[in-house]
Amino acid sequence: MSTAVRSGASRRRRFVLGTMSVVAGLALAACGGGASPEEAAQGGGAAEAPEFTGEYDGPEVTLSYWNGFTGGDGPFMTQMVDDFMAEHPNIKVESNTVQWAEFYQRVPAAVNAGEGPDVGIMHLTQIATNAARNVIVPLDDLAENLELSADDFTEEVWDASVYNDQRYGIPLDVHSLAMYYNQDHFTAAGITEAPTDLASLEEAIPKLQAAGYATPLWMPQRWPAHLIYLSLLWQNGGEPYAEEGDEALYNSAEGVEAMEFMRGAVDQGWSPSNVDPDAEYVAFKNGEVSIHFNGIWQINDLEATEGLNYGIAAFPTIGEEDAVWADSHNFFITKQATDDENKYAAAQVFVAWISEQSGEWAGSGMIPARQSVRDSGALEGLPQAVIAEKIDTMRFLPPIPGVPTVQGEALEPAISEAVLGNAEPEAAMTTAAEQASELMKRNLESFGG
Amino acid sequence: MTTTTSAAAPAASKAATRRGAPRRGVANHGRLTPWLFLAPYLVLFLTFVIAPVILGGWISLHQWDYTLPGKPFVGLQNYQDLFDPSSITFGTFWNSMQATAIFTLASVPLLLVVPLMVALVMNQKFPGRNLFRAAYFAPYVLGVAVVAVLWRYLLDRNIGLINTYLGNLGLPDDIPWLSSVPEAWVALVGVTVWWTLGYNAVIYLAGLQDIPRELYEAATVDGANKWQQFWNVTFPGLRPVLSFITMITIIASANMFGQAYLMTTGGPGRETRTAIYEITQTGLRNFQMGSAAAMSYVLTLFLMLLSVVVFWLFRERKA
Repeated sequence: MSTAVRSGASRRRRFVLGTMSVVAGLALAACGGGASPEEAAQGGGAAEAPEFTGEYDGPEVTLSYWNGFTGGDGPFMTQMVDDFMAEHPNIKVESNTVQWAEFYQRVPAAVNAGEGPDVGIMHLTQIATNAARNVIVPLDDLAENLELSADDFTEEVWDASVYNDQRYGIPLDVHSLAMYYNQDHFTAAGITEAPTDLASLEEAIPKLQAAGYATPLWMPQRWPAHLIYLSLLWQNGGEPYAEEGDEALYNSAEGVEAMEFMRGAVDQGWSPSNVDPDAEYVAFKNGEVSIHFNGIWQINDLEATEGLNYGIAAFPTIGEEDAVWADSHNFFITKQATDDENKYAAAQVFVAWISEQSGEWAGSGMIPARQSVRDSGALEGLPQAVIAEKIDTMRFLPPIPGVPTVQGEALEPAISEAVLGNAEPEAAMTTAAEQASELMKRNLESFGG
Repeated sequence: MTTTTSAAAPAASKAATRRGAPRRGVANHGRLTPWLFLAPYLVLFLTFVIAPVILGGWISLHQWDYTLPGKPFVGLQNYQDLFDPSSITFGTFWNSMQATAIFTLASVPLLLVVPLMVALVMNQKFPGRNLFRAAYFAPYVLGVAVVAVLWRYLLDRNIGLINTYLGNLGLPDDIPWLSSVPEAWVALVGVTVWWTLGYNAVIYLAGLQDIPRELYEAATVDGANKWQQFWNVTFPGLRPVLSFITMITIIASANMFGQAYLMTTGGPGRETRTAIYEITQTGLRNFQMGSAAAMSYVLTLFLMLLSVVVFWLFRERKA
């Protein structure tokens, strides 16, 4: 950490410490898993899955449960865990909440060291990666015993947690991108209905501008810019990745068109240029932005924002077909839990119970993944109900290991350059695609296809 | 090694025997003694410095992903990739080295000169001096996260306070401090100087107070004006301190990570992604420990060369 490493010491020692701390960090981190590769290779096969009965009557166990619900979703999960423990006195659940940004670094390291979670929740996009890394174990038996099947979920979300023909995740919810709008701005501009497609958007923007909101739609160049890009790419009928998982298709006609729309929002004056990270969200909360694209996970934060009269609608169809980027929180069980038969059994009971109670989870702003839970009226009166209606149009990233980092390394910087106007959309996407494809080929190699 | 330095020996013969005994003792028992005294530090040094250096070197020769069972030995491939323009790591790595170089070149001179000026002022006698000393040092006690998040909001192009105030003064209010170069470098360097100048200033201040007052008196007697006093008394007197500050400032600047990570997220594109940032991403997010280890060795090599140059510049010149 740059200048933080300063405290009294001789010049030479400082030099050594300063320059080597990086190496030391890496080496220490590497120690965890380096010890016994063979053991690691066995992965989930360590213990036979015990017969699942839905109940756990073994000796008292403590489950380590990790998730990344640091925001408005946190209290709902805590409540559910407390309820679970009240009903299952012989299972103690120790929760550990880690920011998502750190979560995917820490979980593999911690599980490798045997100090990680037994059970936890991660994003669908990360499932394949962690399966390939042998961090998490297949849950086919659990899904079967719970009599869970694609019928109760949408096919897209159900299939996206299958890697190498095995299921590694049980979806808890789905959360997509949405369109938030400032109700007061809309009223002032005489807009009665939220835009649903390109035509109505192009109609609404000049009205808003005429009403005094010069730049009504701020186009981000960082998060969640790539989620907007992916939504548009899918709407144009494209796919971001080749099915074999060895190629990125960002520079396809569909991808370039998506990028051109995003930059176009700046060129046409819908958006100011150089929107800094998170600025568009803060500005929306301050009532400076009329239309804002963000995930439904922001609902609780917006609800709590005083003086903000906001509305929520589905992400508009700007391309030819209706599609929107979505992700899903999925339960996972780690190889660490499978070493202990009791923990393994208790973890399964935990996943089954929370999954069934996911109606309560709707309070967090998310959409329960199970049709049966949604049908039971869990979403009644909640803001995200309008988004849930579009659940069939939600698209998920394919289960290709390593894709999240590929996007972070190649796609996100390129989108930033293109939205900022430092690079032409096509050129930016071509460079990004080349870089991503190379990374994906290398991933295939190291994950053994 | 004499044990009788403080006590004036009453009898010479007695002193001789006393002097003789411990000398034999050192010879008999001494072999392990220094190591035992060193042991507490040595254990830490070996565990946290030497072992990682060796292990890091070993890792850099592999395609090392600690979550995967196979860690194939690749020899010098990771290093070759860093010097092979056709590999994908080449572009990103040297881009990040360039970012580090830009930041270091821009921040080090400022961090050497500005704190010196502050220290010279703080060394004067005036009312409220301690308050000012504390004020200049205050930002340094903040963590990088606090500093970076604070300034990120202040410097925001569209909703930031800085641009608003500039606008109120009739100056351009649309400066993209965080999303365009060179503006982003100005912001990163400025914030770093604001944050850390107090530390360098305190060291300078200690150095200034070590310079004997008589030298100034002698200079005054010789008719030297303030400026001449500075160049002929203050500056030479600060030389040892200066070389220390130069060295740690260079290393701290070359290790810049948190500010770029939190304020610009390496942007625009990856313009402000520094070497440490790139190494962290490669090693800890992409799990390419081998490549990351190779990068850190190359960075280390650069820093070592740089420190040789600094040592040479500040060497004692024998007239």
